[in-house]
Parts: sequence; structure tokens; C-alpha cells
Amino acid sequence: MNTASVSLGASVSSQSRFMQLALAACLGIFVMGFVGFSHIDAVHNAAHDYRHSMAFPCH
Amino acid sequence: MTLFRNVVFIAAIAGLVAGVVLACMQAYATVPLILKAEVYEQAGGGHTHDHAAPPAANATDTNAMTSAAPGPAEAAAPEDEGWAPADGFERFAFNVVANVVTGIGFALILVAASEFAGGIGNWRQGLFWGLAGFAVFTLAPNLGLPPELPAMPAADLAQRQIWWTATVVATAAGLGLLAFRKSLPLAILAVALIVAPHIVGAPQPDSFESPIPEGLHHQFVVAVTLTNLVFWLVLGVVVGVVRGRFTGTATSLRDSFA
Repeated sequence: MNTASVSLGASVSSQSRFMQLALAACLGIFVMGFVGFSHIDAVHNAAHDYRHSMAFPCH
Repeated sequence: MTLFRNVVFIAAIAGLVAGVVLACMQAYATVPLILKAEVYEQAGGGHTHDHAAPPAANATDTNAMTSAAPGPAEAAAPEDEGWAPADGFERFAFNVVANVVTGIGFALILVAASEFAGGIGNWRQGLFWGLAGFAVFTLAPNLGLPPELPAMPAADLAQRQIWWTATVVATAAGLGLLAFRKSLPLAILAVALIVAPHIVGAPQPDSFESPIPEGLHHQFVVAVTLTNLVFWLVLGVVVGVVRGRFTGTATSLRDSFA
């Protein structure tokens, strides 16, 4: 799939583009992991219904 | 860092919208089932975090749901679980927050991944990216680890989290290969990646003895799957629309995918 398309950061170099997208993805993974996977009790309890509703491994 | 900023901006809007939508759906579809299950959980003698097989004697006891008074060994410890939001509004509010925060997290992953492939150009492409997200984050892991209600037996938490994560990664890689590589060997590898976690198999509990009625659990599985489907479709569509506004080229990618 050729992706000669209009992108969000048209002027950035491909290496910088990769880094920024990777950074965004890592941030997303971190946020999701903290809310959904953290073993801290308070976090678990606060997001309890959410974890069950998203079928994250829980308890 | 303009690209990073734009990705975060789009993800924040999409995650907010989809998270609020999901929280509202959960309030009607899944949370009432969780509350019902908690009644069984309490009747079964508190919240046990040790999910080793329950003693056989106790297992027969839990079938008699009317006996609200648990056996002496069980009664000893409604164990201290630390702070938890109070039932009612507080619990709902925290659920909304969790939905929005993780919605933004999922959106960040979705936007970043799709930008590598040229970006989500419009709402139609968003639908397909949403379907992919649904397949990766809901369908695949839920085949091995179906959504559980409280009090249901389950294997060791850390092992399940590892399996869940591995399945998500393998399925995402497989789908990506299928969609964006045009070689037969890679397609075969992709199918192998998608199938492999299920051949390895998800960690299973020692015993499937459960105080939760089968019907209630089935209802919950359906509710979780459908609410997640809608969540992912909304997430993808909103990303497509917002990104289109952002780049001013909402239609230019129409024919490149889907």
C-alpha cells in the first residue's frame, strides 16, 4: 500500500516522524496499561467495573 | 513535535467522545450485570483474591445460594482491599473517568498505528480501523479469556495479563501483515500469528466451579462484546472526522483503503 498521502505533520523528516508516532503509541500503551493492568489496589478498585466491562484480566 | 501534538489532540477528542459513549452503554448493559454478580459473590463469602480451586466442601455449599451466612473459614476475612469508590454516583463517575482515560489511550495507539499506514482519512476508513481495533483488543483476547464477572474462577492474574498482552500483539501484527503486505508467505505468517496464541491456550483456572449462573455470564459476554464493538467504531469514526477537519483533506484518501 503506497502511502503518498497528506499526513498530520507534513514537514517532519521520516525519522522524526517515526519517533513521534512511536512516542504517541507508547504513551497510549502506558495509559491503558496503568488503568487496565495496574496491581495497585486503589487503581484496581476505581476502575473495577471498567476492567470487567472491557474483559481485561481482573482480580 | 507538531506531529506528536496533532496525534495527541486527535486522540484526546476521539477518546473523550468514545469513552463517554462507552461509559453510558456500560451503565445500561454491563454494570447492572456486574452488580448482580456481586450479590452472588458476597453470598459466596466475600471477595476472594485467591482463585485456587475452592475446597470441595465449600463448592457444594455455594450452590445453595440462599444460605447467606458463609462457613466459618470464609467468614473470617472480608479482606481489606483498600480504598474503593462508594456505590452509586461515585462509582459511576470513576467508571466514566476510567473509560475516558483508556479511551484516549486506545485512541493514541489507533492514531499512531494508522499514521504509519497513511492515516485515517475519513469516517469510512475510521470504521475499518475501528473494526481492526475491536478484533485486536476485544475479539482475539476474549476468545481465550472470556469476559468474567466478579466471583468467577480464573487463573493466576499475572499469567492471564501476559497471555492477554501477547495475544493482542500477535493479532495486531497478523492483521497488519494481512492488510499491508502483499506476499503470500507473509499472509501465511500472519494467519499463524493470529492463530498461535489460541493454540498455546489461555491460562485456565483449576476449577470452573462458579457461583455465577451460566445465563448471567452469557448475557455479560454478549453485552461486553457489543459495547466494545460500538466503542471501537465510534473511536475510529471520530478519529477519521477530526483528522479530516485537521488536514482539510477529508476526501483525499477515500480510495486508498477500504
